[in-house]
Amino acid sequence: MDTGQFFNLAPWVVFFPLIGLVINLIVNGRLGEAFAGILGSAASGLSLVISILLAVALKSHPEAMTVNLGNWITIGNFAINWGFRVDTLSVVMMLVVSGVGTLIHIYSIGYMHMDVRHNGDPSRFTRFFIFMNLFIASMMLLVSADNFLMMFVGWEGVGLCSYLLIGFWFEKGKDGIGNAEAGKKAFITNRIGDFGFLVAMFLIFWNFGTLQFDQVFSQAAAVAAAHPGAMLAITLFMLLGVTGKSAQLPLYVWLPDAMAGPTPVSALIHAATMVTAGVYLVARSSAIYALVPAAQSAVTWVGAATAIFAATIALGQYDIKKVLAYSTISQLGFMVAAVGMGATVAGMFHLITHAFFKGLLFLAAGSVIQSVERGEMLAHSAEVDAQDMRQMGGLRSRIPLTFWTYLIGALALSGIAPLAGFFSKDEILAYASGNHVAVFWVLAVAAFFTALYMGRQVSMVFFGEPRSGAARHATDSPRVMTIPLIILAFLAVVGGLINFPGLNWLESWLAHTLGETTPATFVWVVALGSLALSILGLLIGWLVYGRKPLKAGQEDPLKKPLGALFTGMENKWKVDELYAAVIIKPFTALSELFAGKVDLGGIDRVGNGLASGTKAFAEGIRKLENGFVRSYAFWMLLGLAAIMTFILLS
Amino acid sequence: MNLGSTPLIWVTFFPLAGVLVILLLKSEWKKAIRWVALATSLAVFGLSLWVLAGFNSTNPEPQMVVNQPWFTLGGNVISFHLGVDGLSILLMLLTTFLTPLAILSSWKAVDGNVKGFMALFLLLEVGMVGVFLALDMVLFYIFWEFTLVPMYFLIGIWGGERRVYATMKFFLYTMTGSVLMLAGILWLGLQYGGFDLTVLTAAGNIPPAAQMWLFAAFGLAFAIKVPVWPLHSWLPDAHVEAPTAGSVILAGVLLKMGTYGFLRFNLPLFPQATLTLAPYMAALGIIGILYGAMVAYRQKDVKKLVAYSSISHLGFVILGLFALNQLSLQGAILQMVNHGLSTGALFLIVGMLYERRHSRQLDDFGGLWKVTPVLGSLALIVTLSSAALPGLNGFVGEFTILTGAFGSSVLGSPWFAGVAALGVILAAVYLLHMFQKVFLGPVTHAENASLKDVNLREVLTLAPILVMIFWIGIAPQPFLNLISPAVGKLAAVVSAAGPLLH
Repeated sequence: MDTGQFFNLAPWVVFFPLIGLVINLIVNGRLGEAFAGILGSAASGLSLVISILLAVALKSHPEAMTVNLGNWITIGNFAINWGFRVDTLSVVMMLVVSGVGTLIHIYSIGYMHMDVRHNGDPSRFTRFFIFMNLFIASMMLLVSADNFLMMFVGWEGVGLCSYLLIGFWFEKGKDGIGNAEAGKKAFITNRIGDFGFLVAMFLIFWNFGTLQFDQVFSQAAAVAAAHPGAMLAITLFMLLGVTGKSAQLPLYVWLPDAMAGPTPVSALIHAATMVTAGVYLVARSSAIYALVPAAQSAVTWVGAATAIFAATIALGQYDIKKVLAYSTISQLGFMVAAVGMGATVAGMFHLITHAFFKGLLFLAAGSVIQSVERGEMLAHSAEVDAQDMRQMGGLRSRIPLTFWTYLIGALALSGIAPLAGFFSKDEILAYASGNHVAVFWVLAVAAFFTALYMGRQVSMVFFGEPRSGAARHATDSPRVMTIPLIILAFLAVVGGLINFPGLNWLESWLAHTLGETTPATFVWVVALGSLALSILGLLIGWLVYGRKPLKAGQEDPLKKPLGALFTGMENKWKVDELYAAVIIKPFTALSELFAGKVDLGGIDRVGNGLASGTKAFAEGIRKLENGFVRSYAFWMLLGLAAIMTFILLS
Repeated sequence: MNLGSTPLIWVTFFPLAGVLVILLLKSEWKKAIRWVALATSLAVFGLSLWVLAGFNSTNPEPQMVVNQPWFTLGGNVISFHLGVDGLSILLMLLTTFLTPLAILSSWKAVDGNVKGFMALFLLLEVGMVGVFLALDMVLFYIFWEFTLVPMYFLIGIWGGERRVYATMKFFLYTMTGSVLMLAGILWLGLQYGGFDLTVLTAAGNIPPAAQMWLFAAFGLAFAIKVPVWPLHSWLPDAHVEAPTAGSVILAGVLLKMGTYGFLRFNLPLFPQATLTLAPYMAALGIIGILYGAMVAYRQKDVKKLVAYSSISHLGFVILGLFALNQLSLQGAILQMVNHGLSTGALFLIVGMLYERRHSRQLDDFGGLWKVTPVLGSLALIVTLSSAALPGLNGFVGEFTILTGAFGSSVLGSPWFAGVAALGVILAAVYLLHMFQKVFLGPVTHAENASLKDVNLREVLTLAPILVMIFWIGIAPQPFLNLISPAVGKLAAVVSAAGPLLH
């Protein structure tokens, strides 16, 4: 059998989830939760099957294939197709998205069963799977596009899903509107990034005459030689898009708020897949970035700065999901720094392993939260914030399965050998050590912080004694949730094999698309050094938070020794407040000025002033004409006068 | 004249048959009147599809032409000259497409003097279709003015509390521009010995100095209609006071008469003036985009918000028109249609909200997605279409306009499109604000807790627009193909004027 036939199936990675959502839309929950959940999961699962078939096809035909579905927009030489690009890079993304995505769909069957009841609207169960399938479809469109514009459809499509799912409980949150506000914030912040993406596309079109990937990349060297300024502008505007979607400085602020969405959403969209789109964009465009060193270092430093900045904030958070959110921002910083330095394979490697262990951590966190919520119901205790780690403690023995999977995720994230995160992070550090020493040190410190805040978190959540009645009565989650946890935990353990030093499978797989890259080197000093840093971080975390567990109501033990520093981390360095003061308030005030003084008070008055002046004039005329006119007739008269004037003049 | 071969006569004047029947019906037979109006407008839509079927999209020239001498003015012939080409066909279709939907939206909302309302509405359709098909300047002017009268009464009789103020303002603003346009038309006709637009365009011999003031005379009329900033202040009042169907047609079609006027008159007749003034017009368009968006964001009345959003959206069209390349011009024409669809749909939704709640204040709503889930979902799609989400219609128009403008040799600077693209962010700001205030959050007003979801009639009113929103978003090529040759010809005319300028 010729596996090349499989290529033609590529559009189905998008169609299957679309079909799933349409059926769910039509059935609209009439066939029960099981139907909606299984259908949604199956739709995503079929996408995975197609992705696997595409990978099989690529094994024997490793060159890129484009499957053209038809013309989208053609105006003169501006021609865009609905074209699906199947190459080793896009298929890796497809596998991650549909693989992790399917597991999270399955998990959601259990999670949302409880969540819709806990939030008092079971009818919304189906809607969740509709949005999730829409997300898979959009994300698949993003990664399988063969041109920038089609990629942008997926790019904004996932942003829409993010908006809808953050605000899934749109009547909840702070003052009843908090969740909706968080969704809006995410969408608008992303639009700022999208503005950059748009301008980059304008520049690409006018400098390359096309938005098609292969045609752009093949001309890159020539254009870079002829128009270096344009190339710099393209790459920097694209970077703005990356900072929006991948939550980097300065546009990362939406991601922590995005935790308002149900936890499977946080796992899938706000950790494993969507937020990596920016990394994918730079990886996809590596042929352009490689020609613009200034832009490369801009990308690198944005990533490195974000990695350390977000890691410090993670240390000062009490909400179990907020810690993971800032951790995600920080880890995305690692990936962005990697692709910025040109270590594209290392960046992609970390993207994949991160999808495993961070997806796992979020799902396990969801399991923790619901366990506490169940405990809350059992204990009939006073309402607690089920996400506040200060209310937890001692969960290790109460929810052992969740604990062990969480621990694996935490160790993988901290970079403990031989788990997945160790290898991928080490590859980035090794590359940095040889090429950008300053970046290496920044990332090394960020890695230390990573281990520290994970040590803190695991200690606070699972060790010591329960600090609330809810935590005391916590019970573990159903199997439909724990089985995906176990599978992801397994992947978080063995994921490092994908690009195991010496074997370098991912490297040779991606080389078909990225071209020959400098092979990753395994630097023993770096590996052992970073391992030591990780162990040190975990150890300190354990010593501070685990050995002497927190008592209920006790303040954070780091607060005293670190003082203002810790307060800064706790308050997220007040960046949201800064943006509110510097951007949002002035913008609103200016809009208010336009709407009030300028429009109603100025422009409108001028018009009305002219009218009342004319009216006074007309009153005069009316007397002359014995009260003959209403305005219409008056103006007709004036018009006629004008006509006559012109006839006479000409 | 064989009427069977003149579909343009049919499509323009068939509504009169409906008017006639309605006039014969008793005022109390409201149901019958509504059905006659709806059936007539559907028949007109069918007739416009007949025009479409006969339209040769590879031909840039006007087709299905009707050209009869009509009367003379100062020895110059005024003709009854109709024709359809790539510049007008989509707008004609948009008109015949939106009219039945607007009538359907008034089914319950208009209960007083249904007879008058429906008769005027069909009369309005005659004027609108006529404007897009007329190829004689005087005939154009007659249709142009003719649309004013029914609209004046539609707002003035069936409007809201301040309807008289609003309709007078609408009337005076429009008339002010029209008078100057009439002067321009007469001067041109008498100077060049005829009022035929195609002849005048083909001759292309208007001296640059005269072009400047002619551009101003015509341009002012069109700019008020669009409206171009800062001539917009009639629009929010007219929209707020107009009945739903009036707003739908006002935003959907009447504003397009302004942008179409630029396309039909200013660009081909005064190409040198167009090239000289293009950067200024584009700048006004961009101010409109940003200013309209910011003002929309601060509105408390949802209808006013949508009205100001029109100013923002039409700023994109103006930018596309005056960027003057194939990409931006085709984008601009498509965007006229897109705006008609999305803003028309937004006004329909506002109307549905008003019928339920008798309020348009954003603060009176909140949490409706839970109460009226289907309406909420439909409103979401329309809102996203207006926000130019890729995959929906608005994006195709805005992206092609911006891309075209970015490399426009007439504008000569990427800054125009670069600044205009900020409008994409602002659109999300005010549109999501609107959606959130109405549909998200908890239900804070007890009156809202029991609102009814959309009924079948309302779904039928919105569904055709939603189909178009997806169709144009995903597969716009059939529409772009219709306009492409005519735009190519227009762009050639304008750029040929370039060398003369320098």
